[in-house]
Amino acid sequence: MAAAVPLGLLVLLLLGPVDWGHAEPPRDSLREELVITPLPSGDVAATFQFRTRWDSELQREGVSHYRLFPKALGQLISKYSLRELHLSFTQGFWRTRYWGPPFLQAPSGAELWVWFQDTVTDVDKSWKELSNVLSGIFCASLNFIDSTNTVTPTASFKPLGLANDTDHYFLRYAVLPREVVCTENLTPWKKLLPCSSKAGLSVLLKADRLFHTSYHSQAVHIRPVCRNARCTSISWELRQTLSVVFDAFITGQGKKDWSLFRMFSRTLTEPCPLASESRVYVDITSCNQDNETLEVNPPPTTTYQDIILGTQKTYAVYDLLDTALINNSRNFNLQLKWKRPPENGYIHYEPAQDRRQPHLLEMLIQLPANSVTKVSIQFERALLKWTEYTPDPNHGFYVSPSVLSALVPSVVAAKPVDWEGSPLFNTLFPVSDGSSYFLRLYTEPLLVNLPTPDFSMPYNVICLTCTVVAVCYGSFYNLLTRTFHIEEPRTGGLAKRLANLIRRARGVPPL
Amino acid sequence: MAAACFLCRSAASLAVLLLLSFRSLAASQLEDQAEQFFRSGHTNNWAVLVCTSRFWFNYRHVANTLSVYRSVKRLGIPDSHIVLMLADDMACNPRNPKPATVFSHKNMELNVYGDDVEVDYRSYEVTVENFLRVLTGRIPSSTPRSKRLLSDDRSNILIYMTGHGGNGFLKFQDSEEITNIELADAFEQMWQKRRYNELLFIIDTCQGASMYERFYSPNIMALASSQVGEDSLSHQPDPAVGVHLMDRYTFYVLEFLEEINPASETSMYDLFQVCPKSLCVSTPGHRTDLFQRDPKNVLITDFFGSVRKVEITTETVSLQEDSEIMESSYTEDRMDEDLMEPLKYAEQLPVAQIIHQKPKLKDWHPPGGFILGLWALIIMVFFKTYGIKHMKFIF
Repeated sequence: MAAAVPLGLLVLLLLGPVDWGHAEPPRDSLREELVITPLPSGDVAATFQFRTRWDSELQREGVSHYRLFPKALGQLISKYSLRELHLSFTQGFWRTRYWGPPFLQAPSGAELWVWFQDTVTDVDKSWKELSNVLSGIFCASLNFIDSTNTVTPTASFKPLGLANDTDHYFLRYAVLPREVVCTENLTPWKKLLPCSSKAGLSVLLKADRLFHTSYHSQAVHIRPVCRNARCTSISWELRQTLSVVFDAFITGQGKKDWSLFRMFSRTLTEPCPLASESRVYVDITSCNQDNETLEVNPPPTTTYQDIILGTQKTYAVYDLLDTALINNSRNFNLQLKWKRPPENGYIHYEPAQDRRQPHLLEMLIQLPANSVTKVSIQFERALLKWTEYTPDPNHGFYVSPSVLSALVPSVVAAKPVDWEGSPLFNTLFPVSDGSSYFLRLYTEPLLVNLPTPDFSMPYNVICLTCTVVAVCYGSFYNLLTRTFHIEEPRTGGLAKRLANLIRRARGVPPL
Repeated sequence: MAAACFLCRSAASLAVLLLLSFRSLAASQLEDQAEQFFRSGHTNNWAVLVCTSRFWFNYRHVANTLSVYRSVKRLGIPDSHIVLMLADDMACNPRNPKPATVFSHKNMELNVYGDDVEVDYRSYEVTVENFLRVLTGRIPSSTPRSKRLLSDDRSNILIYMTGHGGNGFLKFQDSEEITNIELADAFEQMWQKRRYNELLFIIDTCQGASMYERFYSPNIMALASSQVGEDSLSHQPDPAVGVHLMDRYTFYVLEFLEEINPASETSMYDLFQVCPKSLCVSTPGHRTDLFQRDPKNVLITDFFGSVRKVEITTETVSLQEDSEIMESSYTEDRMDEDLMEPLKYAEQLPVAQIIHQKPKLKDWHPPGGFILGLWALIIMVFFKTYGIKHMKFIF
């Protein structure tokens, strides 16, 4: 009976909004976007952002009706009087040197920083309770946040949302670097999304692909923003961001071609019905680089250009709400292909065979103008047999110099030479055409210090062993084979000695 | 003749009557038995699943716990009624060749980690203290709901533990142990506080039977994977993952549970037969002397599944519209819009302001009792030594 009453209540509540008869515009809206950025190192970064904006002042109203904004977070804001909340879980590290600057980086582990409203009396108590509640929501060990790992920054971490005054007393910051991110943190994060993982961009969020990455960062950001251009009232903005970097070798099997299916093992079928905007952006700024052209399939209908993080960038825009995009094929699989012109290079490598032949590496490289090319080879130093060492092994072993045979373009075209008529120094190398001249250069030989054994050791070992054997074995041998007989001290005069002699001859014990 | 006839007729009728009464008695007995079979007296189910081992080579213990978690969820117990404690993270471990997966079989057929897992206590939170607090309910008030065992006296609780154990103890994370006496006392506390109706305790460790030897509270049924003096063995390693994937006992229990669906009527007695010595190498044991009902009458789904008693009603309930509240709040917003001045965003790095800001003075607190006492003592000694006449020079 008790179970049936809430069932009945639930049914009627669902019907309720339709019956009200007031044509109210919904006070919250959802925008979702995915940005795909091919990185200079061949990897690809995907950044999801889901933004729910709620035009409501939580502090003053007693809100009980939640539509798109998740109730778990809305109740947190009102109960703990939060002004801002930023929580992130990250695995890996964003390598700015290889990948370029990130949109929003987060530290490895879990990071939580919160601005409380100035109505809060005991900030530390609210902070402790908040971290406990969040640990339950996100299945993370945030309850380990206490005064030993919390700080109050005084100059940084200014509020990212609207703020009248910034008294840093109401700010708290903590990081747990040991925190692991796994499916159990992703599951509740996905459940906070209005469309969960059933429709829209969130269908791509599958754990077995998202955690097979070099970098995975998911975050929740709550802050107050301006409701309109005049900015006289606030709206609450909830941003859920997820950044992953797919490694070219692990996921892409070494090829630089990417598609949504290869990255997420899924394609997009429909936008989230609750979203007012659902877009996919692809960074095509580096469309032409290094003789490679990036081809995006299906071709974009619109592009977006702007100055992002200090540089001019161009993005191809795909709007999932545009019915023409998904209509024909019922699914949307974005493909990125790198097309490079056929290479004219040549590599020949013969590995060494011990005591038979050396390494041989021959490469034909085209060097671009005004550039520096470095060729490096890794090698390991092995231990030789002890008879193969030279008498002076600590001098080192020589590696033969490398040879560079180059065809250098001439500044001035040369004419073919007459072998007999021109001086000898001009006829060292035959010249085929005058546009370039041939040159053979050598590097220095390499002197390598191989691990050298201590050659005095055999002598030391023999000495020591012989000593030990002599002392131990010798003693044992003596103990086992030596017989002892008691000898009386020789006392008494000549007479006694004579008498003993006679007694010994008779066979009688001596005196 | 007539008397004989009458006698025989009465005898016949008596016999018929007796026969009828016997039959009805037998029928009602059958009915009682049938009713008892279906009724166990519990209204909700909880599960506490604990893996106590850390480190990559103990992958199989996490896989054990997750297999039971998977079965229990599949049979109907929701995440809010499951307290899952995993002492280490295997799925997203850097040594896992397939991240976000935990497999139970060597051909990587079954990913027991799934896409919908919610781990309540993980990594360093799995300690003996936290486990006992969860069981007994003596939890700090700030603990979130998902980490609590909110059972009542009509709850059937399944407790599954796995890890490394010995005679009388179970090791937690290689740094502490829980003894069988502590566990038995915790269960007695639960009984005294009416925190369970019936309790099923399963343990898959070496010498597991020693852990249930000391139980003394009623309504507990216990299963263990090996007897005292025996080791529980693991099932099979996987060459790709590089470690053993499951323990034998839990592997065969999982195989057994995969056959169960929420409506099946398999009894606990069949669970006792799972994994005989030929398959398990160790001898699984069980203890039912503290349990009131006969294990043959106890359904598997009494502990592994979830009971939901639903009553359908045809009455309608009418609710009052609260649209007036919504309207008033909306107009309130609009009124205030014109009164307030525009808000602005804070500057992220106001260099001039930062350079010139003074360091915050800490709030002044009056000296505490100890300092006051110390000063009082000093002043008293001074005046005792030099006399009260010096007071006038001070004041």
